[in-house]
Amino acid sequence: MGQIVIDPVTRIEGHLKVEAVVDRGVVKEVKSSGMLFRGLELILRGRDPRDAQQITQRICGVCPTSHSIAAALNLDSAFGIADKIPDNGRIIRNLILGAAQIADHVLHFYHLTALDYVDVARLAKYSGNNPVLSSIKSFIARGELGPFVPRYEGDYRLPDEVNERVVAHYVAAFDMRRRGQEMLTLFGCKMPHNVGVVPGGVASVPSVDNMTSFLWRLREFQEFVDSIYLPDVLAVAQVYSDYFEIGRGCGNLLAYGSYELDGKEADLTKRKRFFKSGTTSSDLKFNELDQSKITEEVKHSWYADSISGRHPSQGDIVLDEGKKGAYSWLKSPRYDGMVFEVGPLARIMVNYASGNVKVKSLVDSVLSQADLKPKAMFSVMGRHLARALETKLIADAMTDWLLQLKPGEPAYIDYELPKEATGMGLLDASRGALGHWIEVKEGKIANYQVITPSTWNVSPRDDKNQPGPLEQAIIGTKIKDEANPFEIVRIVRSFDPCLACSIHLLTPKGHDLGRFRVC
Amino acid sequence: MSTKEYPAIWLQCAGCTGCSVSVLNAVSPSVKNLLVDEVLPGSHINLRFHPTVMAGAGEPVLEVMIDTSREKKGGYILIVEGAIPTAKDGIYGVIGEKDGKPRTMKSWVETLAKDALAVVGLGSCAAFGGIPAAAPNPTQCCGVGEILRAKGINTPLVNIPGCPPHPDWFVGTVASILLFGLPRPEDLDEYKRPKAFYGQTIHENCPRRAYYDENKFAKKFGDPGCNYELGCRGPITHADCPVRLWNGKVNWCVGGGATCIGCTEPGFFDIAPLYQKVSQAVLPEEV
Repeated sequence: MGQIVIDPVTRIEGHLKVEAVVDRGVVKEVKSSGMLFRGLELILRGRDPRDAQQITQRICGVCPTSHSIAAALNLDSAFGIADKIPDNGRIIRNLILGAAQIADHVLHFYHLTALDYVDVARLAKYSGNNPVLSSIKSFIARGELGPFVPRYEGDYRLPDEVNERVVAHYVAAFDMRRRGQEMLTLFGCKMPHNVGVVPGGVASVPSVDNMTSFLWRLREFQEFVDSIYLPDVLAVAQVYSDYFEIGRGCGNLLAYGSYELDGKEADLTKRKRFFKSGTTSSDLKFNELDQSKITEEVKHSWYADSISGRHPSQGDIVLDEGKKGAYSWLKSPRYDGMVFEVGPLARIMVNYASGNVKVKSLVDSVLSQADLKPKAMFSVMGRHLARALETKLIADAMTDWLLQLKPGEPAYIDYELPKEATGMGLLDASRGALGHWIEVKEGKIANYQVITPSTWNVSPRDDKNQPGPLEQAIIGTKIKDEANPFEIVRIVRSFDPCLACSIHLLTPKGHDLGRFRVC
Repeated sequence: MSTKEYPAIWLQCAGCTGCSVSVLNAVSPSVKNLLVDEVLPGSHINLRFHPTVMAGAGEPVLEVMIDTSREKKGGYILIVEGAIPTAKDGIYGVIGEKDGKPRTMKSWVETLAKDALAVVGLGSCAAFGGIPAAAPNPTQCCGVGEILRAKGINTPLVNIPGCPPHPDWFVGTVASILLFGLPRPEDLDEYKRPKAFYGQTIHENCPRRAYYDENKFAKKFGDPGCNYELGCRGPITHADCPVRLWNGKVNWCVGGGATCIGCTEPGFFDIAPLYQKVSQAVLPEEV
């Protein structure tokens, strides 16, 4: 038993620390801590409500698009125009979100995850004539291997042929995720941080040339998903099949749903969406979502206890940096007092449980090919698989949406700014359920609260001391080699957290046994 | 011919990773060319530390930064993304630990900037404080230039603001350093932005400029006309977006019907509400 310091865990967004207590090779206890506080909710107060749409995108430059649309839904509802957005505006928002999510998922698998499984260094002995792989071989021969070393050693198991293929696709995926951002930009103007999505709809008017340009980039993307991304995920999952048993998590899944199929229903919890909202658990029983059951608890966060247990519409920020027992800047969102995981796995399994035919048949066919049961989805590989399957479902749906656009017709409706109002914007972002809440007083933002997907997933213990979803997924994990704790970083990255991490493994009593270098 | 290696450290502070994502959108050279190939004949950027890209994790990658600053003293490029929190001596943003205590972003910047060949303040947060420094600046964030000034560090600094910056602005600045050496003072403007990219205002090159000159203004999004009355910051914003275009040259902010929100300028979130006409008071004389 010893103390390993992994600090920081890389290839995720942001700054996070996780401390894990290991006893005889098994993780007994985990604390995950958000390590950066910027106070964007405090910055929002007193401003023109419309600015929230730009400011909240800066929460995250990897998934700003989701924030832009959650903010727009929130402001639409506060401004009383939620049921008046022109269809062009509703559809373009769907296309913008879809383009962002498929690009995001490709980035996540190849650029944030793959280096945990593929071995770039093995290309030193590459003998083929693929120009991309040959250029990597020359790169290795030059001897300066940053950013591919240092790294953990010992558990790179892919056969040479698969390894080479995925490395080549790592490079191809750079182009493909860029293609996704170009699709988004056709309607969203620029990326990251689009300026096209605004309360009232979108700023651009669709044109036939933009639609065609979008369509053919989408075609290219669909080919990539079908012939490269999905097969690669399955090939990696086959070799690392033990990761269908690792990182199971809390077993409760929650989704807000996404992609508006109906613009005429003002209450967005009742809207028809491509992915339905709801909850499910390991029993795969579907439950409708009741958003009033969402609370944020702060017993273990650096905020005053007086604000704990509130619904986010009543949320507040009162700092208490020195609080005893606190270890994170993240609050702990809970649903009905229980711990819930959000993300592609939640979206796929909630819709699977609700009987969505497309989702069910795709999931069942892939699982049966791999000879797995649905419960295998609750795992590290299950999360990667859910992300890939969802990419296919979204990419395949977008052509129909695109062809519903009416070129030259408005995509925006004007409105009066209210003096007093409240609003709510819920949607499923790439990484899971994302909620924005606003209170407007005297025409300015009086309160703005955001719960991001990673706040759900990476949350610290709550008021009842229940560990958060990521913490639960790491607890109980066997660490094969404490000098190369692949298991922990693979679990962390399967959640695609929007935070950079540092992980500390401590002894059960928490006392320091002295550090040794991990190399 | 042997390859000259340029070690680079990319430090992420109080930011959102959007600048990194923007650089991933580089076209020619692509990000693969930047990472793996000789980006210019005979020169390779050896990106030793980048939190979103690199394979490794944990203490060894932090040691890479420390080792680089010692072994390549005066020879590495430090790229800073994100603002630097300074309130309460920086505890609002930490990366790893030193001697069992959390190590602040501020302390990392001070240590690494001192011995760098050059510091690049990438994005509006690193250049000017950006979004976390917007009023009331809860964590007292500032740009990297302010940290250097406070510590008396004289390492040459180039700012590449933008929220995010265009990948060409970053690649062009780095290529210029590799080819011609550090920028001369006259190559940079008063905010240390390369004039090559930030020398003109959006307004000067805007395809909707003719509407402005004829007093034809859009009253709502989607209208023909100049977007000035919808809050467009083109007249007070320095960048070449209208001619460079974004994301593989498919579009840009005003081109897609939206407004320029002024993201390359200091304090851009505090000038005025973004969708409100900018007052004459903040406009430069010549407009």
